[in-house]
Amino acid sequence: MEVARVENVTRVYKVGNVETKALDGVSLTIENGEFTALVGPSGSGKTTLLQLLGCLDQPSSGKVYISGKDVTGLNRNQRADMRRGTIGFVFQFFALIPTLTAYENVELPMLLGNVSSAEREKRTMQLLEAVDLAKRAKNRPDQLSGGEQQRVAIARALATNPSIILADEPTANLDTPNGKQVMDIMTRLNKETGVTFVFATHDPRVISYARRVVTMRDGKIITNA
Amino acid sequence: MIQLLKMAFRNLMRNKRRSFFSALALGMGLGLLMLIAGVVNGEYRSALDSAIRLQSGHVQVRAKTFDESKSSLAWEDLVEKPADLAAQIGALAPVKVATPRLYASGFVAASQQAIGVRIFGIDPASEASAPYREGVVRGAYLAADDNGGVLVGKGLAAKLKANPGDKISLTTNTSNGTVDQQDFVVRGIYSTRTSGFDDVTILMPLTKAQAFTGAGDHASAIFILLKDVDQTDAVKAALQTSRYEVATWPQMNDIVVQTEDLSKSYMVMLYLIVLAVTATVIVNTLIMAVFERTREIGILSAVGMRANRIMALFFAESSFLAVGGIIIGLILGGLMVLYATKVGFFIGDFGATGILIGDTIYAHLTAQDTLTLVILAFVVTLLAALYPALMAARMQPVDALKGGKK
Repeated sequence: MEVARVENVTRVYKVGNVETKALDGVSLTIENGEFTALVGPSGSGKTTLLQLLGCLDQPSSGKVYISGKDVTGLNRNQRADMRRGTIGFVFQFFALIPTLTAYENVELPMLLGNVSSAEREKRTMQLLEAVDLAKRAKNRPDQLSGGEQQRVAIARALATNPSIILADEPTANLDTPNGKQVMDIMTRLNKETGVTFVFATHDPRVISYARRVVTMRDGKIITNA
Repeated sequence: MIQLLKMAFRNLMRNKRRSFFSALALGMGLGLLMLIAGVVNGEYRSALDSAIRLQSGHVQVRAKTFDESKSSLAWEDLVEKPADLAAQIGALAPVKVATPRLYASGFVAASQQAIGVRIFGIDPASEASAPYREGVVRGAYLAADDNGGVLVGKGLAAKLKANPGDKISLTTNTSNGTVDQQDFVVRGIYSTRTSGFDDVTILMPLTKAQAFTGAGDHASAIFILLKDVDQTDAVKAALQTSRYEVATWPQMNDIVVQTEDLSKSYMVMLYLIVLAVTATVIVNTLIMAVFERTREIGILSAVGMRANRIMALFFAESSFLAVGGIIIGLILGGLMVLYATKVGFFIGDFGATGILIGDTIYAHLTAQDTLTLVILAFVVTLLAALYPALMAARMQPVDALKGGKK
């Protein structure tokens, strides 16, 4: 079943009088349960494509569908609601709120979604256990290592049972053991929960985890296998 | 909501010093405004209190044709058999004291100079004359049957270089339109600590003033003090007759009342100006927070926080700053107002025409003024958060995640 789809999308950035085409007529369908890598050199359009799939940005032309729904014309709040309920994110930088503990960071999307207190508590602890960080629940991000922070980010991405998790260079700022641990966890969660993962990377060790690899260059998809 | 407040509080605690100084700026503004409000309020209260105590009373019964500015002594402009009328009025329950008074104008000559004065004929034994009796600083007070003595205000005595026991020559208009002159002995010198009164007023027993001015058994007014000022209108209604006019303290002190009303409008302007200045500190703090936390705003947006909740986060932060600032302001302002209420500020001889101001201003801050200031401070601080909050809420998540639009 289709989780996300882009149809002939372009994304043009204009800086002064200079126009840069970050995406040039890209079409791609992501099916449920996929573990897909977007690969390509810097500037190939991987991050831009993830941002469009994640409703963080809007295409200059073309259509974006999430769970079969056209999200191209959604307003700011509708896109926020779509992200909260359907999409999880893992960023290259350890994107946690520094004033919140690991527990509170994971709980945050559920709080925004008005999930009951008992349900929040149960699910937050389950997710922290799933990323092997239950004992660090009360620690703030500055008390966690980079790998631990990224694992909290993965737990947070799963908080609202999203259909798809988009990870942008999730291991780029981690050393090899921590990078491996993060990829192992993502692979395990993909298998156990069936949640779809799409991650952008140019690290060959990370690419080896993918069951599907989409290669991009100059804003276009070169190979899709 | 609780989580939002928790986040807001923790955000402020990230930079404790900056948050403290922002709250302090608001607190100092609020504290100073409390002091100013207290002093201005105290000044008008004192002016009105002096005017009522020394000059007008709460209510006066006087002839319909009586003109205060002219101090007419023509019998038709005076109250007839004032002692009887005062006794009747004094019997009313809300009335604390009612006493006849005669007001005349004239000039006094001593040490080769002549100075225009007001002559008050008073009942020295009346409770209404307590401010003069208690204000005697040199010499003696008047006896009711003192036929040749006067009390001279401290400022006037200084101008005349007069001391107790000295003779002064008083000239006044009389009831039949002529001018009379007599010598009096300065029995004592009084100070009401209100230069506007003491510099121009000579007191003598009512009976002597009646004889001196040819007023016979007449007085300018029945001077009435009430037990409760709120009874003014009720007493006025009770005293209404076709023969006499009943004047109340707001009418008789309209300059003070009008000036106070005018100053209240200026005070609101002053409140807003001072609070607007302090609000710029809050705006600055929150704008810095928006710039510093741009990426976090992006993260919040990415995990699905709506724009209105991002705004609410910044409003919550400004609310905490406002609460902190208000607490600091109430402490600082409270201490300053307490000092100004107990010790006061000595201003010496100061006064405007028609307004009696004492030599020391004591603050008087009402609960209503305090509440108004607190609410204004809170609202202005919340308004100050509007621009930073909008800035944060309008950020595109994709730009915010990069740390701001390049």
